Order: sequence, then structure tokens, then C-alpha cells
Amino acid sequence: MDAEITLRVDGEAHRLTVDTRTSLLDALRERLGNTSPKKGCDHGQCGACTVLLDGDRALTCLALAVAHDGAEITTADGLAPAGELHPVQQAFLDSDAFQCGYCTPGQVCSAVGVLEEFERGWPSHVTEDLTGRPEMSHDEVAERMSGNLCRCAAYVNITPAVQQAGGAR
Amino acid sequence: MKPFAYARPGDVVEAVRDVVAEPNAVFLAGGTNLVDHLRLGVARPDLVVDVRTLTSREVTGLPDGGLRLGAATTNSQVAADPRVRERYPVLAQALLAGATGQLRNMATTGGNPLQRTRCVYFSDVTTPCNKREPGSGCSAVGGYTRYHAVLGTPAALPDPHAPETCIATHPSDMAVALAALDAQVQVLGPDGERTIPFTELHRLPGDDPSRDTVLQHGELITAIDLPVLPAGTRSAYRKVRDRASYAFALVSVAAVVTPDGELRLALGGVAHKPWRATRAEEVLRGQQLTEDAVRAAITAELAAAQPQPGIDSGNGFKIPLVARTVLATVRGLLPEEQS
Ligand SMILES: Cc1cc2nc3c(=O)[nH]c(=O)nc-3n(C[C@H](O)[C@H](O)[C@H](O)COP(=O)(O)OP(=O)(O)OC[C@H]3O[C@@H](n4cnc5c(N)ncnc54)[C@H](O)[C@@H]3O)c2cc1C
Ligand code: SF4
Ligand code: FES
Ligand code: FES
Repeated sequence: MDAEITLRVDGEAHRLTVDTRTSLLDALRERLGNTSPKKGCDHGQCGACTVLLDGDRALTCLALAVAHDGAEITTADGLAPAGELHPVQQAFLDSDAFQCGYCTPGQVCSAVGVLEEFERGWPSHVTEDLTGRPEMSHDEVAERMSGNLCRCAAYVNITPAVQQAGGAR
Repeated sequence: MKPFAYARPGDVVEAVRDVVAEPNAVFLAGGTNLVDHLRLGVARPDLVVDVRTLTSREVTGLPDGGLRLGAATTNSQVAADPRVRERYPVLAQALLAGATGQLRNMATTGGNPLQRTRCVYFSDVTTPCNKREPGSGCSAVGGYTRYHAVLGTPAALPDPHAPETCIATHPSDMAVALAALDAQVQVLGPDGERTIPFTELHRLPGDDPSRDTVLQHGELITAIDLPVLPAGTRSAYRKVRDRASYAFALVSVAAVVTPDGELRLALGGVAHKPWRATRAEEVLRGQQLTEDAVRAAITAELAAAQPQPGIDSGNGFKIPLVARTVLATVRGLLPEEQS
């Protein structure tokens, strides 16, 4: 069954007709040709499909496109308009935070979300004092990034990259 | 995936009416469980009614000092709310121990307690499963039981072919905290509103393992209320899992200790529903909350525990693990001189 929706992706509005079963991930990749979010598992388990959805990091494989009519989406591609790298992207380059790169667009979007969540003072599972402001420590960043798996296990460089980007802001 | 119609009605009353009118309709909130099940073929609805933008997205104070969590509040939002962090740390900790940042941004207060079991056979449509396909049998008995129940199961080893057999656990962390907090569930149905004590929302398999809760078809959760706690109440959630992050609980404990030494205790990962440890609470009633007393109480609670053998060496490890986790959790909540 078809539905007509509008998605604003990386600053550009798109009107499209989708089958109600289409995930946001498939709409982005297959319909709009934006291959920045990756399909790792299609079950919410790997984080490769992470984008910023209305400002918060979210998994596009578990979102139905039809349920997000009118949404504002930023992919890793959209973080670098006109090729100008986002501080998180630059930090990934500087810290050598990837190998094959498959998980990287999801890692980068997730990291942008993590930095915003620190900014808002959100706690995490490893935050000792729930009523205080969490520090951007190694353990805090690693816990917050645990939803982004990396088959190449570049974690030892991903965590410092996110910390660097956080400090650089 | 089987085709389905999608509807986003104007308000919650219409949403309830739409689902009631279609026997094979479901509500959709964050989608983190339902969309996975649509893809796996575990859920095969004809109509999906989206309520994410219809229910409240706010945490509001109640006149008596409690808090109301709108059904569409996200798990991240509730965990980050200063009132929750300060007054209900057990809930913030349970939410933060669940899933990941991305998932918590999508998952909702209404959807989280209604997520289905993570029993591997339930998600695998090629295997018999009474919960997914009533009457087909239970593949977990004698199979992989590491994540399965030890409480609320029959005293004798269950018959894998019987239609009532199910040894699944409820996977939600949030639900364990809500059970310990005596939360109240606000529900809208075809006949109007009703309130269900959170501890009565989920059910044991009984003669119908396909039903996880007492909700009737078309009943919508509109909010979950947290009752006010006496000033000085302390609470905590502790989760034991196979890795430090991003894994479901093997066992978990939600504990609330009031200033006059009353313990409210709920266990996760041990039963078909979030398990309020009423037996242990009874044993402790009127007693000084010492380590020895808590040990005796949890031993009484676990007296009826039934380990399940399995090809992964079974789940008997959960019984001592629960006891140790309860002690560790409660120890952290006792005033200095008692611990
Ligand atoms: C990889 C992965 C890891 C996870 N790890 C954890 C974990 O460690 N701990 C944990 O607790 N959870 C975990 N989860 C589960 C996650 O917390 C749930 O999927 C989520 O909370 C469900 O909320 P939702 O809003 O997305 O629900 P949906 O998927 O939209 O709906 C779930 C169910 O609830 C029904 N429903 C939704 N809203 C309402 C309502 N208002 N009234 C009536 N019915 C309603 C739907 O019909 C559906 O049956 C994990 C999930 C994934 C994918
Ligand atoms: S334990 Fe329950 S959910 Fe798992 S296979 Fe048996 S009947 Fe199905
Ligand atoms: S593809 Fe979405 S989480 Fe793996
Ligand atoms: S860089 Fe290869 S999967 Fe992460």
C-alpha cells in the first residue's frame, strides 16, 4: 500500500511515494540515492544506519518512512556541505578512527548526537552522580558509542576521536 | 514483509476506534520492536495505527507530588529528566542500562513495557513457539535457556509439546523499575479510561502464552504515573549481562528503600513478567533491614525457583546470581551504620 510523504534530507526537501513497508533507511538509500547510512543488520543491532532524525541520533532501519512524513534528516554526507568537514569527521581522520569505513557514517552521526547529549547534560549508564553534569571521559564516550559496532574494531581510535571533537568545540 | 495499511488518526480516541474495528490491527510507537517483528514475520498485521504523535510527549508533575510520563515520551527524555534523576534514580538507571543511545531516542514509555520477549525461538518463525504460534509447542524447553525463566514456571519440568508451555522472560529494564515503584498505567479503551497497577499489567503464561499483558485488543497506554515517594527514599537498579553495554539482562534488580527501612524489590530476567519479590518483602516486613535479613528474604523468594536445563548448560546459574545481585544492590542503599 502506497503513501505520499515529504522528507527533508541534508537540507533538501523530497516528495516521494513509498510502500508503507519501506524503512527510512531504504527510502534514503534506494529511493533518494543517499548511500551514506549503511545497512549492516537491518534489525537495530549495529548502528550503521544511524542518522540525525529531527536533531537526535536514531536508527533508520527500525523507522518506517511513512511514520516520519515531514521529518528533517541529516546524514553523514549532509554534515559536510560543500566538502567542508564537520569537526567530528575531521577528528575521525586525525585519529585514524576507521579501517574499511563501512561503519563510519553511522559512527560519525552517532558521535554528533553524543556531543549534543553531553551539551544537554544527559547522563549515561556509567555516570556516577545522576544529578551532576557528566564528564566527557573515555568510559562515558565508550558507553554512549556502544550502539555503533565496528567489525574492524577501530574502537581504540574512535573513542579518542569523539573526545577530541568534543574538546574542540 | 506482508503488506499492511498505515493510519495516523487525528487523536487517541480515533486511534482506539480504528484498532478495535480491525481485529488484526496494532499500535505503532517508536517502532524499535514492532518494525523488527514486521520484518521477521513475527508480527503480521493488516493495519498499523501510529500513535507516536498522538499521545503526550511530556513529563508532568501530579498534584500529589508524583510524575506522569506521557506514553510518547522517549526513554532518553525520561532518563534525562531532572525530576526522574533526583527522585526516581532506579528508573533513570534502568532506562540507561537498556539498549543504546539511538534506540532510547526512539523507544517510548508506552512501547517499552510492551516489547515482546527476546527468546530466540520466538523471533525465528521456522521453529515451534506457543507465544508466536499458539499450540505449536515450545522450542526453548531443552534448547537454549540461558535467557529464560526460573520463577513463575511449573514446579515440574515443562512439556515442550503442551500448548500452555512458555519459559520466556520479559526483556524490559524499565519495566522492572516501574514494578518496584508501584507505577500506575493509564489506559484508554473502547469503553473509556482505566488505571492498571503496573505490577498487574504483565501476566504469567497461564493457559495462553501468546498474551504478555492484561490489555485487551484496542486498549492504548496513554501515560504511566510514578507515585510520590517519602522524602529520603533511596533507590537503585543493577543489571548483570554478558557484556558491559548493549546487552539484555541475564538478571536485574530494582530496589527502593524508604527512610523507615521498608524495601520494595523487583527482579528482571527471571520470569515471564517483571517479578515483584512480594515473598521477600513479606519476610522483611517489620524487620531491621540488615544484610542477614535481606539474605534470608531473597532465599525465601527463590525457594520455588526452577532451573531449566538446556543445550547451553541451562540457567541454574541465575538463582545464586539473583541472590548476590539483590544483596549488592540493597547494600548500596542502606545507611552507613547498617551496611
Ligand atoms: C538491538 C536492541 C537492543 C535492545 N536492548 C534493550 C535492553 O537492553 N533493555 C531493554 O529494556 N530494551 C532493549 N531493547 C528494546 C527496546 O527498549 C524496545 O524495543 C522499545 O522500548 C520499544 O518501544 P517502542 O516505542 O519503540 O515500541 P514499538 O516497537 O513501537 O511497539 C512495541 C509494542 O508496543 C505496542 N505499543 C506501543 N505503544 C503503545 C501504547 N501507547 N499503547 C498500547 N500499545 C502500544 C505496539 O503495538 C507493539 O506491540 C532493545 C532493542 C533492540 C533493537
Ligand atoms: S519460551 Fe515462550 S517464546 Fe520461547 S519458544 Fe517457548 S513458547 Fe516461544
Ligand atoms: S542497519 Fe540499522 S542498526 Fe544495523
Ligand atoms: S571501520 Fe570497518 S567496520 Fe568500522
